Amino acid sequence: MITVEGVNHQIGSVRILHDIRTRLPEGRLTALIGPNGAGKSTLMRLIGRLEALQSGRITVAGHDLATTRTGELAKIMAILGQNTAIASRLRVAELVGFGRWPHHKGRPRPQDRDKVSQALEAFALTSLANRFLDEISGGQAQRAHIAMSFAQDTPWLLLDEPLNNLDMAHARGLMTLLSELVRGQGRSVAMVVHEINYAAAWADHVIAMKDGRIMAEGDPDTVLTEAVLSKLYDTPVSVGRHRNRPLVLHHA
Amino acid sequence: MLLSGLAVLLAAISLLWMFQGIGGGNREFILRLRGGKLAALITVAASIGVATVLFQTVAANRVLTPSIMGFDALYILLQSVMVASMGSAGVAGFPDIAKFLVEVGAMSMLAALLFGMLLARRGRDIPRTILTGVILGVMFRSMSGFLTRIMDPNEFAVVQAASFASFNHVDTTLLPIGAALTTAAIMIALWLSPRLDVMALGREPAVSLGLRFDTMVIGALMLVAVLVSVSTALVGPVAFFGLIVAGLAHGLTQSARHTALLPAAALIASILVVGGQWIFERIMGQAATLSVVIELAGGIFFLYLLLKGRIR
Repeated sequence: MITVEGVNHQIGSVRILHDIRTRLPEGRLTALIGPNGAGKSTLMRLIGRLEALQSGRITVAGHDLATTRTGELAKIMAILGQNTAIASRLRVAELVGFGRWPHHKGRPRPQDRDKVSQALEAFALTSLANRFLDEISGGQAQRAHIAMSFAQDTPWLLLDEPLNNLDMAHARGLMTLLSELVRGQGRSVAMVVHEINYAAAWADHVIAMKDGRIMAEGDPDTVLTEAVLSKLYDTPVSVGRHRNRPLVLHHA
Repeated sequence: MLLSGLAVLLAAISLLWMFQGIGGGNREFILRLRGGKLAALITVAASIGVATVLFQTVAANRVLTPSIMGFDALYILLQSVMVASMGSAGVAGFPDIAKFLVEVGAMSMLAALLFGMLLARRGRDIPRTILTGVILGVMFRSMSGFLTRIMDPNEFAVVQAASFASFNHVDTTLLPIGAALTTAAIMIALWLSPRLDVMALGREPAVSLGLRFDTMVIGALMLVAVLVSVSTALVGPVAFFGLIVAGLAHGLTQSARHTALLPAAALIASILVVGGQWIFERIMGQAATLSVVIELAGGIFFLYLLLKGRIR
């Protein structure tokens, strides 16, 4: 479980998060939704220690971020931020290989190579393994980055808008893979999602944020309702049902 | 494979340097003279090459070099401040080696402080980092320019000796300590190689992988400061040499692994400097300056790699 207690955050004089207090359940796929500027990414980055905590306390699987060594945390959670531009010239397989670094610290063992080829396989990157990152498309590079986090093989996987640049088929493939990780391997996944129907179709737990506060949280059926979503996005939406899950319709 | 090739080439050039045209005169004297100079050239070259690769990894940028960002200017400024505040007699009163060690220490602190803040906070904002660095460099240069203008001409001569050294007038009193520092810094850099590889991914992936990123930035910058201090103390500032060497190292190794990049940079730099100095001294009869030769030859090769698309 990830617990967030009394977290405030400001950038310059702008308050981004107001006294956030929440829990992300273990063994579930949690989706963070909300309009632009709601503070979803900031919360995700604070949990993933990409930003320094200004106030409050965050624990991941019982480890307090403030007191646990970052090398230890890297074996508990992997976070993929939105900023994935890399200066050095790497091949896809090399990038994915870095996911094993927390475990081998620069001396790959045979089991690390196995994990890397599994990750390449899982993200359909095997045929691209020897291509340089600047020789593949944005969506393929995105998949390579997710594969790196996947190879890190941590109980928690945090993804900040992982569906960016992915086409329909690969976005669906990624969601299927993530829910398989959750259901089949008992891992926990938290992700920021913009396309709300991905949350509707795959999430077990939804946290809706607006203006730096949590507006609603719970299972998809309680959060993804017309009342909550219309208020969340300040836009009238209707919610239907499809295969026994909510389906959000926002066509004018 | 590539590394052993480069090592063989360097060995060949070094032998050529040592024994070419040695004649029947006082062999021992000539060999000692040439050997000292060879050691100095290799020390300086390896320092510049490794420093540039390290710096580019920290800055996540292939165009920046320590000298563009004003590292060597900072060293010269430090010299000017010492002479201006203590007088040349005061500075001369110190033993050379102690003085040099103090300078290297001060330089490492300052560099870690100044550039560490700059790169840790604004690392993602590349144009701003470059601009700030260039401005810092100009500022250091003008400040030492100002200090040398208001100081006594005799004292100015002391500063000038430090800032206008060249490959022809290597300051050999500092050679043993300089070589020791360079070797130590390169060894540490090699030991840090796996971490440098992770650092090259950028801040976010590196933090996610559990690297203590900000500590690594400071550490790498301190190594750069030590290496630049050594090379600047021995031969003075060398402008674009580092850029060429780092570009060649990346282009030839085709790898992002620092275990390959760092030795390649050191070897390539040494080959260029020793080879260039040999051509310059023995063939061209000192009719040009080495930096011109190096930057011409290196620049042409760099362009070749650029056009072949082997350097991004």
